[in-house]
Amino acid sequence: MAKKEKKEEEEPRIGVFICHCGSNIGGFIDCKEVAERAKKLPHVVFTQDNLYTCSETGLAAIKKGIREHNLNRVVVASCTPRTHEPLFRACIEEEGLNPYLFNFVNIRDQDTWVHQKVPDKAFIKANDVVRMGVAKAEKLEPLDKIIVDVTPTALVIGGGVAGMTAALNLSNQGFETHLVEKDNRLGGRLNGLYKLFPKDQESSELLDALKKKVENNPRLKVYTSATVKNIEGFVGNYEIEVEQGKNIIPLKIGCIIVAVGTSLFTPEGYYGYDGEKRITQSQLEVKLKSGTLNENEIVMIQCVGARIEERKYCSNVCCMTALKNALIIKEKNPNTHITILFRDLYTPGSYYEEYYRKAREKGIVFIYYNPEKAPKVEKDTIKVFNEYIGEEISIPYDLLVLSVPLVANAENKALAQMLKVPLEENGFFLEAHVKLRPMDFATDGVYLSGSAKWPVDITESITQGYAAASRASTILSHNTLEVEGATSSLPEYNKALCTGCEVCITVCPYKAISKNEDDEIVITQVLCKGCGVCGATCSNHAIVIRHFTDEQIMAEIDAFGGK
Amino acid sequence: MSFEPKILGFLCNWCSYAGADLAGVSRVQYPPNIRVIRVMCSGRVDPAFIFKGFEVGADGVIVMGCHIGDCHYLEGNYEAEKKFAMVQKFLKLIGMDNRIRLEWVSASEGARYGAVVTEFTEHIKSLGPAPTGSDNPDQTMLTKLKAIKVAASGERMRELVGRQRKITEEENVYGEKTDMETFLKIFNSAIVEEFERAQILISLGEDRKSVKALAVELQIDPSIVLGHMTILKARGQVDFGEIVGITPMFQRI
Repeated sequence: MAKKEKKEEEEPRIGVFICHCGSNIGGFIDCKEVAERAKKLPHVVFTQDNLYTCSETGLAAIKKGIREHNLNRVVVASCTPRTHEPLFRACIEEEGLNPYLFNFVNIRDQDTWVHQKVPDKAFIKANDVVRMGVAKAEKLEPLDKIIVDVTPTALVIGGGVAGMTAALNLSNQGFETHLVEKDNRLGGRLNGLYKLFPKDQESSELLDALKKKVENNPRLKVYTSATVKNIEGFVGNYEIEVEQGKNIIPLKIGCIIVAVGTSLFTPEGYYGYDGEKRITQSQLEVKLKSGTLNENEIVMIQCVGARIEERKYCSNVCCMTALKNALIIKEKNPNTHITILFRDLYTPGSYYEEYYRKAREKGIVFIYYNPEKAPKVEKDTIKVFNEYIGEEISIPYDLLVLSVPLVANAENKALAQMLKVPLEENGFFLEAHVKLRPMDFATDGVYLSGSAKWPVDITESITQGYAAASRASTILSHNTLEVEGATSSLPEYNKALCTGCEVCITVCPYKAISKNEDDEIVITQVLCKGCGVCGATCSNHAIVIRHFTDEQIMAEIDAFGGK
Repeated sequence: MSFEPKILGFLCNWCSYAGADLAGVSRVQYPPNIRVIRVMCSGRVDPAFIFKGFEVGADGVIVMGCHIGDCHYLEGNYEAEKKFAMVQKFLKLIGMDNRIRLEWVSASEGARYGAVVTEFTEHIKSLGPAPTGSDNPDQTMLTKLKAIKVAASGERMRELVGRQRKITEEENVYGEKTDMETFLKIFNSAIVEEFERAQILISLGEDRKSVKALAVELQIDPSIVLGHMTILKARGQVDFGEIVGITPMFQRI
């Protein structure tokens, strides 16, 4: 460590490594010449071009450069920081340098790959961006990652199938887990279902088994008729208030899983919905469960209130629900006539497609309808324009079943604000990245599972319950964790600049900035995600955005101008 | 040789920078005029960065962030929008507002990134070199640009921009809300006032000047200059240096 501190206090000694990336860069521009020119830049004491800087040989060359030339800043010009920055940071750290004394210059993805027809101009651009990168490197400062303790407990919000699965998994791994359910019983949507596709298992069978496991788990505490009232703190150290009746229960929590599920949509004004003769699929499930279905002429309409202008999404589960209920009815009473009016039928995978084929075999009639010529519901008949024969047909009915979408809970907004996580346009929770981080939020320590992010069926809910629990356990299984050091700060030397105007508090999306009892601005580093908005807004330029300081960016701009 | 504009781009790490990388992976070809500075969020782009870019010779500056609603930091791009609107209003005062652009490019929009950069480069090419451009900059314009930077970096403008959303979207402690129209009225006059005040400060430099002399030099009505002097004096930025005859001469503190 002594070596490290010594190095950083010295005058900047920058090493620049230009990567050929095989022929990806070297095939278009003269990397040797770029390295030669970089030599003339201020504070640059060593430059080199490498065939692959990220290879073992390349990394060894960086280390050798640091040792032999006493480098205290390293610049690599190659692909993109988004993939390779961690590798190079780790490399210089192994050689005793602070990892933040590294700067990346992109001369492949944003240069040689996109200016292939004008290599001479790509060469000029490479020199320019290297100059800018070196200018920033000169101003880089060492930063420490912040280490925080982790409370090894989890909070699962929502006691449906996804929430129960996640909670069970975490408690079985040995973590104390708290499960909060707003209803007076566990189960969520499962409570309203009769049988489950694709195996026609009784939903109560699955639910009872799950509930039993939950209730018998000594590390799992369940709060029904309860809601999360307040959330403070940060990853590993959340302080939660759960409201149950008149009681407020305080909890110390390490990770949070959001499994709040969805709400049912009531199709008021659609196809004469009345809840009696014209009902929804979930009302049909209740009739099936209680054995009170006597109707013989049944028509189902798909995509009611879904895939329309105000609700563009596909609710994912309704095609299978309609097929399942139609088959259950057919099996009980093969003489029942069932017609399903659909826009598109989604039955992906082998199980679901087989289900569809079975439905056709049993004589269930499928008729496509064009949403522009929507079916017309009359007292005892439904008129629908049949695109295949090109004319309107009448279908008699004594029960009309509408397949309506699952919709986001109205309470999502309040919860999202407490958690500081985003919702998408339909009010569902939005994950950090659709492919790369599907169970995470951008906020550390908060995870997502089940229909809270999108309507999903039971199988998928269970899968996601496990997935979210697995993500949470990556945090909970450690005593401490490291969080990003490139955050905003109000350094001691800038405190006098702060006028206390509080604009920074207003613009911080993570509530990382507050005032202490002495009326001074305090930035809680561990809450800060380093976006830098506060620094760009601060009315008196008092806040410093570490690793993207005004000084560093201004130096880059100066270098852009050729100065 | 045809004019090759110098274009400075500020890209947010999560969407636009990733989109620019995707353009690379997809081998989308676009003009090589842009030089990119990566920031974590488009909301990090301090207005001063844009003015500084022009000062050092940019012909055009483009800021790119995540689409509204998709910001990695929830609402950083809303803040970027507000800051950008101010920059635009300031640059309009010197006729350079058509040299900046704010665009939303997501991580999956590699082709769009290429298209946006191509279009913006062509646009700047058609405008020709910026008057503040590097080869032979127009000194008057450069001074005005510096004044704008000073004005936009001052406490008043920064607080107005920083509070804009709170002022116009939420109520204050008395339950009052300021509508957009009223806010913009205040905002627009603040822009002109602060620009003039910054020009006064720059003109004063190390010298002592009278209100009248400043009014002639800057072509601003003397009574307005006097008003600005009162404010600048109250802010502790200028003071009386001496009195020549019956004319007070002002100087910077």
